[in-house]
Amino acid sequence: MSTTHAVEGDGGPPRSSGAESLGEDAGATSLLRFATAGSVDDGKSTLVGRLLHDSKSVLADQLEAVERASLGRGQETPDLALLTDGLRAEREQGITIDVAYRYFATPRRRFILADTPGHVQYTRNMVTGASTAELAVVLVDARNGVVEQTRRHAAVAALLRVPHVVLAVNKMDLVDYAEPVFAAIAEEFTTYAASLGVPEITAIPISALAGDNVVSASANMDWYGGPTVLEHLETVSVVADPSEDPARFPVQYVIRPQTAEHPDYRGYAGQIASGVLRVGDAVTVLPSGRTSTIEAIDALGQAVDVAWAPQSVTVRLADDIDISRGDLIAPAATSPGTSQDIEATVCHVADRPLTVGQRVLLKHTTRTVKAIVKDIPSRLTLDDLSQHPAPGELVANDIGRVVIRTAEPLALDAYADSRRTGSFLLIDPADGTTLTAGMAGNAFADAAAEAAPAGATDDEGWDF
Amino acid sequence: MTTVATVPGDIDNPYALSHLDALESEGVHIFREVAGEFERPVILFSGGKDSIVMLHLALKAFAPAAVPFSLLHVDTGHNFPEVLDYRDRAVERHGLRLHVASVQDFIDRGELRERPDGTRNPLQTVPLLDAIEKNRFDAVFGGGRRDEEKARAKERVFSLRDEFGGWDPRRQRPELWQLYNGRHSPGEHVRVFPLSNWTELDVWQYIAREKIELPAIYYAHRREVFARNGMWLAPGEWGGPKEGEHLETRQVRYRTVGDMSCTGAVDSDADTIEAVITEIAASRLTERGATRADDKMSEAAMEDRKREGYF
Repeated sequence: MSTTHAVEGDGGPPRSSGAESLGEDAGATSLLRFATAGSVDDGKSTLVGRLLHDSKSVLADQLEAVERASLGRGQETPDLALLTDGLRAEREQGITIDVAYRYFATPRRRFILADTPGHVQYTRNMVTGASTAELAVVLVDARNGVVEQTRRHAAVAALLRVPHVVLAVNKMDLVDYAEPVFAAIAEEFTTYAASLGVPEITAIPISALAGDNVVSASANMDWYGGPTVLEHLETVSVVADPSEDPARFPVQYVIRPQTAEHPDYRGYAGQIASGVLRVGDAVTVLPSGRTSTIEAIDALGQAVDVAWAPQSVTVRLADDIDISRGDLIAPAATSPGTSQDIEATVCHVADRPLTVGQRVLLKHTTRTVKAIVKDIPSRLTLDDLSQHPAPGELVANDIGRVVIRTAEPLALDAYADSRRTGSFLLIDPADGTTLTAGMAGNAFADAAAEAAPAGATDDEGWDF
Repeated sequence: MTTVATVPGDIDNPYALSHLDALESEGVHIFREVAGEFERPVILFSGGKDSIVMLHLALKAFAPAAVPFSLLHVDTGHNFPEVLDYRDRAVERHGLRLHVASVQDFIDRGELRERPDGTRNPLQTVPLLDAIEKNRFDAVFGGGRRDEEKARAKERVFSLRDEFGGWDPRRQRPELWQLYNGRHSPGEHVRVFPLSNWTELDVWQYIAREKIELPAIYYAHRREVFARNGMWLAPGEWGGPKEGEHLETRQVRYRTVGDMSCTGAVDSDADTIEAVITEIAASRLTERGATRADDKMSEAAMEDRKREGYF
């Protein structure tokens, strides 16, 4: 069920001089950002609660507070959902209405969990959670199998290009821990998700309530030889090889001390969005097109010869050229083109609609420019991936295609190539409301173009 | 600087960043975004460990130039002297400008009234919002972390506040990718939390790695304390101990540093940073659960305070 791929380095680490002694960073672990998605009754809260609880991330006073609150409402057992539903309105209504971020750790990894609500009307929250996730856990109820909501979650993960998807087939205890039930669901889901271009899918049979295969391996499912959910989270390799990607360095801020000690220092500060930067690289600055060479890289206090995404660094160039916030530094050989016309898939996140002809601000990396929505060619129904031509507007939680004209040229990559330099926001210039999350280029990965999914109403060119 | 990952997970990948490097890189990115997009940012600085780590990140983000922000301390009048001393030395050492918003001044002028329980922590909101308005600060960095409290778990990195400083959890902007939206109207401001994704343990591991000096009260020391509401409070002019409360000398340290009236000490022998990290890793209590009285007032105490303009 699970496909894995090992990411190999390019034959030797690009460590520069002066690696610290290991003792100074004792306890160093890697960081995994992941999101959960599941329908209301799929047991997502139970799964999250069990991950937190069994990894000993729920501390006594938190548990005590939950017990106290549960008793106060006349419940006999502690309601673990109270651990995660942090807002008054959520507790009152017994639902999760907003993304919450949770933190837990094992000796191997630190985890940031974007706990996203599963309600259909909160697609924007799933998109928000998935935007920073390196892995998504999609829950299904073993009794119900793959349902519309499951397909919706898979589609969001595919649209946002979350690199790894875990299918957690929950409530196996209610289907007698039967392998054929799991195998059929896993097969159906894997076929569907692969058709959307999800690169890696791992299916795990679990019971979040009983604890099977969440943290400890289940004695009830001898037939399953794969990892538990936590083992998989701990060991999945989420660092793609940045040397395979072209370098992208959006300039955030120009550092000019103008002090006696540093009279002529002019450094370009930013976080490397993708790829690797090396001293001596020939670079182009966009949109001006001026060229220079990287003279020095400062990695937060230490001069280095090489740095890579997502490090925050300061770069100095050999030539004194005019560069400011919003410019992009890229290798001369692989610099992106610039354009004022953008076609993208967007998820509309605001309560007010997005309409054709609307004037907006577009924020891309460190650059914000005026823009106009020229066209909204289609709107997508996530349930069956059918598309509706010329909807005229997009309302909250809609996903659609848009055509945008910007006032200034942008150096935009396709989202398929870079989640960081292919993504953008549309913002209402009147009050700053975040309207829309955008992903430049085609919607789904290439695999989608060949395998039309069951239920799609339009067989041709449905990569809308 | 990067360090070699020492544990499985991404050990085979030379490009993997340790979790501290990843968090540091993200925090620096947030500081630089604010510097690039706002006119008058300020860092809330209490002399506590979180604000000290914030300042450390800011120093790294803009080096070799100076930090392009001033500091703001909301002084409850009930501070630990060691912390005020640390604050003033930090300001001096880094050539920063410090604004002080004083709760005592507001009480003296009759604009705030002392609470019956003597705690001044909830009173901080008024001087804070007054300082933000008078100085026209448009971005205010806070050291809040999402792991601290369940209402904080819902907080954005960039948190838009209305003209009353209020937080409306149902009207938050979705925060996508690393594209922070700092747009605001006149009168509004944005609270910015660069340590959102850090945990208490991360903060301590980072302090250890970077060899950051802290006020001495974070480490175990002998101190006169008395028990109130299950916490060890330090005596002082703020109003303790009361009749029936008895002072005793104990070996304690502080996990958080705030208003003396509601910040409790914990029994501890951890007098080095390594010992503190070991102690926290084994603790069965959150730092707020262990040492903050104000969060115990109700199930939604933090959410309610945040709605009024608190951090």
